[in-house]
Amino acid sequence: MNVNPSLKFDLIADLRELFAFPFMVHALEAGTIVAVFAAAVGWYMVLRRQSFAGHTLSLMAFPGATGGALIGLPVSLGYYLACGAAAIAMGQTTRTSTRGFGSETATIGTVQTVGLAAGYLFLSLNSAILSGTETLLFGTFLGVTQGQVVTLLIIAVVALALLAFGARPLLFSTVDRELARASGIPVGTLDVLFLLLLALAVAATSQITGVLLVFAVLVAPPAAAQQLTSRPLAGLLLGIAFALLVVWLGLAAAYFSPWPVGFFTTTFAFAVYVIARLIGSRR
Amino acid sequence: MRVVELRGAGVRLGGRSVFDDVNLTVDAGEFLAVLGPNGAGKSTLMRAILALVPLAAGNVTVLGGAPAQARARIGYLPQRSGFDRATRLRGVDLVRLGVDGTRWGVPLALSTAARDRRRSERERADRVIELVGAAPYAHRPIGELSGGEQQRLLIAQALVRHPQLLILDEPLDSLDLPNQVAVAALIRRIATEEGISVMLVAHDVNPLLGYLDRVVYLGGGRALTGTVDEVITAEKLTALYGSPVEVLRTSDGRLVVVGLPEAPHYHGHRHDE
Repeated sequence: MNVNPSLKFDLIADLRELFAFPFMVHALEAGTIVAVFAAAVGWYMVLRRQSFAGHTLSLMAFPGATGGALIGLPVSLGYYLACGAAAIAMGQTTRTSTRGFGSETATIGTVQTVGLAAGYLFLSLNSAILSGTETLLFGTFLGVTQGQVVTLLIIAVVALALLAFGARPLLFSTVDRELARASGIPVGTLDVLFLLLLALAVAATSQITGVLLVFAVLVAPPAAAQQLTSRPLAGLLLGIAFALLVVWLGLAAAYFSPWPVGFFTTTFAFAVYVIARLIGSRR
Repeated sequence: MRVVELRGAGVRLGGRSVFDDVNLTVDAGEFLAVLGPNGAGKSTLMRAILALVPLAAGNVTVLGGAPAQARARIGYLPQRSGFDRATRLRGVDLVRLGVDGTRWGVPLALSTAARDRRRSERERADRVIELVGAAPYAHRPIGELSGGEQQRLLIAQALVRHPQLLILDEPLDSLDLPNQVAVAALIRRIATEEGISVMLVAHDVNPLLGYLDRVVYLGGGRALTGTVDEVITAEKLTALYGSPVEVLRTSDGRLVVVGLPEAPHYHGHRHDE
């Protein structure tokens, strides 16, 4: 393996080097899947103002990983189970509300605390020490396997198909719950299903970006897109384009430098958001 | 056919009776105002007709059937405090959701039939936006619009699905007086032209005088129905509230109701379930 990849400032040669190793190809594949998946779900999340719920779900990877390790489950399965359980717990409270999402922050905060406490408990019960804590928190792209890529792809395709199927009723209930309910849309059920989709997106993304940096693809790209356009489809696609840009540039930069990938994706995502805000505020 | 018929209808929320034994009919093409002090149950009455709150007593039929079956033929404008400033969606998107917002399935028009349907729905949305006079700002983010502009777009949203009944909950609330009269005239004109029955919840009957067929006055858990001259009298309202109410008529024909008791439980904006 090339120990010291170096940037030659020759686009063709640099790209060839980027794709020279299977681990890097897998990382790019996984990154691409995650960018599309997270940005599409993230566009709805930002519009629904559920970023706090998304943040809480991302932290649930901690009890997921430690709890999984305690009972001998694969770490990624632990992610999905913990995130799903937290989504259902939060959904139980949002579905009874007519007012929207703002008033649920206390419940979400409680779920977050309980989740983190459970994670801490699992960690101390499991004296065998959780390996790769740093990877859990900040992500890596070195270890993505072919099997993980296939799993990610299946989950993303199924979840995005569901999102597309419910695209209009979900948008309607996001814009005005009362109107959507009066039109016969099962608003409460959609709330819970959307949180579960969000949980899937967060669990999938955190395997690449790490738990703490999920927002680099989940929030910043769609939020930047919404600064630039208020057309639904254009915003959704622009958000996905931004997320792809952030992930590809982040992976490439990390490959050619000793600095970690999470730093680069987050920095690029921040830059995209700041630029979009500046452009958006000028209009 | 009766558009709305309530017989002995009562609603209880949180163990408290909001109103009971309300009898009310709305005929095709009728423009009816729902009046009464804050907390009298005006919004709750509308939400009962929309099957959003259950009846504790009596029954309601809408467009000849159960309320939940009539939803696709009702245009609704909920009571609101306005869209959040950060709502990044255009007015025209909101109006289009009035047509296809309840439709499941991938929102891509792949077949010729689907494309034709989408085109005719978009034309319909553009027509109602034109009709309510919202065309100049329909492509701006809805959160940045004024209350009156948002209200006109919401009326367009309620009209876009060819409703037989319009339920408008305080559509004049966030408007200044000239705009209140303009929107009332607009609603009257649309109702006449398209043959739609309208139930409009209002605080103040004055902007609506001259446009209304009948009024429903809610108070003390009961309802009075009739024309403005029949219902809004000192005698009738005093009997409804069980406390002295005076009705004054100004020289230009405006009505002033004095002495209405405010109901004790007022929640400000939307009613919780």
